Amino acid sequence: MSKKYETVIGLEVHVQLQTESKLFCGCSAAYGAEPNSNTCPICLGLPGTLPMLNKRALRFALQASRAADCQINQFSKFDRKNYFYPDLPKGYQISQYDLPLGYDGRITIETEEGETKEIGLTRIHLEEDAGKLIHAGSVGDSAHSYVDYNRGGVPLIEIVSEPDIRSPEEARAYLNALKQIILYLGISDCNMEEGSLRCDANVSLRTRGDREFGIKAEVKNMNSFRAVERALAYEVKRQEKLLDAGRKVVQETRTWDESRQETVSMRGKEEAEDYRYFPEPDLMPLEISDEFIEEIDDSLPELPLEKKHRFQEQYDLPAYDAGVLTQSRELAKLFEESAGKYDDAKEVSNWLMGEYLRLLKENEVEPGQDELNGEKLAELLELIEDGTISSKIAKEVFEETFVSGKAPGEVVEERGLKQISDEDELAEIVAGIVADNPEVVEDIKGGKDKAIGFLVGQVMQETRGKANPQLANQLIREEIEKH
Amino acid sequence: MISREEIAHIAELASLKLTEEEKEEFSEQLSDVLNYINKILEVDTEGVEPTYYPLPSSNILREDEVTNQDRRQEMLEQAPDKEDDQFKVPGIEQKE
Repeated sequence: MSKKYETVIGLEVHVQLQTESKLFCGCSAAYGAEPNSNTCPICLGLPGTLPMLNKRALRFALQASRAADCQINQFSKFDRKNYFYPDLPKGYQISQYDLPLGYDGRITIETEEGETKEIGLTRIHLEEDAGKLIHAGSVGDSAHSYVDYNRGGVPLIEIVSEPDIRSPEEARAYLNALKQIILYLGISDCNMEEGSLRCDANVSLRTRGDREFGIKAEVKNMNSFRAVERALAYEVKRQEKLLDAGRKVVQETRTWDESRQETVSMRGKEEAEDYRYFPEPDLMPLEISDEFIEEIDDSLPELPLEKKHRFQEQYDLPAYDAGVLTQSRELAKLFEESAGKYDDAKEVSNWLMGEYLRLLKENEVEPGQDELNGEKLAELLELIEDGTISSKIAKEVFEETFVSGKAPGEVVEERGLKQISDEDELAEIVAGIVADNPEVVEDIKGGKDKAIGFLVGQVMQETRGKANPQLANQLIREEIEKH
Repeated sequence: MISREEIAHIAELASLKLTEEEKEEFSEQLSDVLNYINKILEVDTEGVEPTYYPLPSSNILREDEVTNQDRRQEMLEQAPDKEDDQFKVPGIEQKE
């Protein structure tokens, strides 16, 4: 990080709301339908049609606003943002200008040093998405473009941050925190590849100690959180070089080129942005009552950071564990269910962070899409604790339960995985192995105590992992004594 | 008075091509309209809430339900040009 300059970043995030229908009409808002199959006179802006606001979209936008500590404009309205582009059938986008639903909020992030920092939110408003434009060739030289208006009119919230972000890492932490909150609320799937979460950034540098902001560039077209971090890091360096050379940053829009890993100037707009906003006369204003806000507040789930801190306190977990377990609401739920039935919370955490996350990844599923539940995990941990199975065998059982949902006890029974803790049975096997390996026995007697591991291994192999390792170890020592 | 430059800017935003004579003409006409409307500024509105809508109605909402069928053929017929269920539009030219 530069000592000379301070980085100043503000982010604009668009999140598609997971409603059944579009924001102002009864067309399906589903992703991936056949081109233009979800269109109607309203979302295509045909003359004489009247939009009507989707109740659930309003509710979702208010939930996001309150979860991000926003104040609510109790008198709010929609406005037309006027510009021409073929993905916008009406020639304007219905958005919100001077009275956004939410304003003056904050998102708490954790920095790499483990400290918390608040990023201010200027506003959260509700608006409609545009259609999708497909260019026959490259932009600029193709004779025709094609438009699919399925996405046109799908509800979005735009979340605008204050210029409080001071590094690309903080930008990523902010996006992570924001995404987690949205996922906890269940109002969007935040899938960046499908475009349900999009992010633009304003970046500028200023000499440390300066109060005024430097000239900013806007960066667009970043398609993953990693791309955001990289694009911002590139942009910071680019501006640093310009300033060091005594040159000025040009206020412009730049696009992130993923293949070249650099930001490229989009040919500048000749006209300054001038959207001539005015109140949307086809929609009545919104009056949000105190009772409605209260009801929204009551409907909010415990949010990720609160939950993390509670996990640290209530279950005495390290910050790292609590962070991983609260990544998703489903995972946190599974942890709490398990920890409620098995009293070593750290052990529960270890299994979830280790085996469970590994299996999720391997099977390409999300928490909640597998067959494990809290009761079954607790049962498995009991089986390890009382010596019925070894922790090694437990992994096999865990996987079976994860996939089929069979209770661990049942799996152990069916597969005959019960640990051999019976002394007589094991002593017999041990005697045989000791007799078969006279050289190793000599080594051990000669002081190479580590060689005992080899014999334990042999016992485990013979019993297909079912021997109680501590007992095997003890019996081997006793057996060697006899020789 | 609205200058010819402002008229040119507004025309540009509205994607209208105006001749020099038209710019002159509209500059006068729009200035007249604005001057007329500006009379309203003479009214003392101290303490009066802005009126965004003339109708005393608010919170007109619909349930989140899919009520529309696939009407793409009917919709596509409204367009001057189409191809394979897509609306076909002139290529996007970048302004120099």
